[in-house]
Amino acid sequence: MSTGDRHAEIYRRLTARSRWHPLEIAFWGVALASVFLLPGRHLILAEIAILGLFALSLDLILGYAGIVSLGHAAFFGFGAYVAGLLAKHEIITEPLLALVVSGLAAALLGFLTSFLVLRGSDLTRIMVTLGVALVLREIANRYAWLTGGADGLQGVEMKPVLGLYRFDMFGHTAYCYALAVLFVLFLLARRMVNSPFGLSLMAIKGNPLRAAALGIPVNRRLVAVYAVAAGYAGVAGALLTQTTAFASLSVFDFDRSADLLLVLIIGGAGYLYGGLIGAVVFKLMQDYLAALTPQYWPFWIGLLLVAIVLVGRERITGWTQPIRRLAARLDWRGGHRRSAAAAGQER
Amino acid sequence: MLTILFDGIAYGMLLFVLACGLAVTLGLMNFVNLAHGAFAMAGGYCAVIVVNTWGVPFLLALPIAFLFSALLGFILERTLYVHVYRKSHLDQVLFTIGLVFMSVAAVDYVMGSSQVFVQLPDWLRGQFHVFGVGVGRYRLLIIVICGLLTLGLQLVLSYTRFGSRLRASVDDARVARGLGISVNSVFAITFAFGSGLAGLGGALGTEIVGLDPTFPLKFMIYFLIVVTVGGTSSITGPFLASLLLGIGDVAGKYYFPTLGAFVIYTIMIVVLIWRPQGLFARGSAR
Repeated sequence: MSTGDRHAEIYRRLTARSRWHPLEIAFWGVALASVFLLPGRHLILAEIAILGLFALSLDLILGYAGIVSLGHAAFFGFGAYVAGLLAKHEIITEPLLALVVSGLAAALLGFLTSFLVLRGSDLTRIMVTLGVALVLREIANRYAWLTGGADGLQGVEMKPVLGLYRFDMFGHTAYCYALAVLFVLFLLARRMVNSPFGLSLMAIKGNPLRAAALGIPVNRRLVAVYAVAAGYAGVAGALLTQTTAFASLSVFDFDRSADLLLVLIIGGAGYLYGGLIGAVVFKLMQDYLAALTPQYWPFWIGLLLVAIVLVGRERITGWTQPIRRLAARLDWRGGHRRSAAAAGQER
Repeated sequence: MLTILFDGIAYGMLLFVLACGLAVTLGLMNFVNLAHGAFAMAGGYCAVIVVNTWGVPFLLALPIAFLFSALLGFILERTLYVHVYRKSHLDQVLFTIGLVFMSVAAVDYVMGSSQVFVQLPDWLRGQFHVFGVGVGRYRLLIIVICGLLTLGLQLVLSYTRFGSRLRASVDDARVARGLGISVNSVFAITFAFGSGLAGLGGALGTEIVGLDPTFPLKFMIYFLIVVTVGGTSSITGPFLASLLLGIGDVAGKYYFPTLGAFVIYTIMIVVLIWRPQGLFARGSAR
């Protein structure tokens, strides 16, 4: 094979990665169908969409860049409070615009704190992310004149989205709005992880030293993805505030960050859909178990976490094997088949 | 002023006893055990039950709490933790958070969610004055017990055969294995002992910091600060870090009540930026 051929082959494989898979289209088809088929469950569906977006944001740094964060709720909470304050003081009343601003604010915070995360080992990162979330929670608690302190931010009144769609108590608008935002941000994330930028992140996750030796600016890439993920988390938080018209200190809770890890682990990290699938499973499970014993719900989360680790994460995501095989058969991108054929010709 | 220093030292000593087990296990196996606080909580509740319900004298309840937590630590280490050492840090974090959540909910279920206290004997209540400095009797007891423990630990580590094995394993587990030291059993003993110390600290601390089912979550960050600031290569580092943290926290809450917990978080973040390996670490071995 000549060098030119090899380049063409690499190019072809990389572009094949980024083409849409039939199962992906089916996934979003189901999501769209749920808008029309499950009008009675829109409240919980909106929660799932928000949690899914939040998990997607963690997937960007954990699944793609390999940063273990125990304080991702910091950005979620920051976005939530920014959105709440913007609406309460009528600075920006249009929800969509406020959403963008909240996301940008959270991204800025992520950019500033990312320099803390760059240094040190996994343990230091865990500490720092946890510490940042605690500090923010403490700030929100102390500056009660601004944030309402422990009572939460009350009196948030949301204007209609785009001036057209009013938030209703059944969550119809909320779900459509959250799902649309999730889809747009998902497209962006998908574009990003399939770009050279995303590939370089995976290289860094694999081996930071080698990645640096290949000429990838490791620290700059990590800062960038951390800021982007923070922005995503901020948008998720802002969505929560906007759809519930309320923000409380619980948005910064450690439990939220820990649950988020569980959500991502259920679905599997590193392929973007893990967070979304995990969010669906987690919320349905919570709906069922919390109804049985609301106070002791953490026990079941803990048991699940311990069980997942003891059994092994690889084996947990093993339930997707049949789906993957089906996916390979349905694959019209032809990446596997054609490369197999090419390999046959070579021999 | 001196009273604050005194209280700070007592608090710091308490934190050290609570956290030193974590420092050693982390240094030895590079294992992130976020569930360390659960053992402290177990010791605390053990002391509460033993003293309040069974009427055992307080001083006798302390060793009981130690043994209870040590036994619990030993059993859990042999049955569950051994499977997780070789896994990634993410797995370790998930696993130990899972344990924390389970312990919080389980204790909530068994003991109720309200705060509990140990009934102290009369001679431990109140305070007396030495040269105008108010000295709480109970805090003095904590300082004495924790001081003796620290001294004992240091002696054991420096002068006994087990101590040298432990230090060798912490420095380089692979070479220690090659020299015929059974690192795993050293670790099992250390883990049990560290959990026992945490239990003792929990029992002592109920009076100072309170005890309720969320204890492991609330104090997780304190333990982690001690360990990251102090480093894991010796016990002197965590000891100094605990004192610093204890004094900083008490003084911060006294002088700047509006800032509250900011002081310690700020100390932590500054230290981590300045010296990511910890204040007192001798370079990085790994």
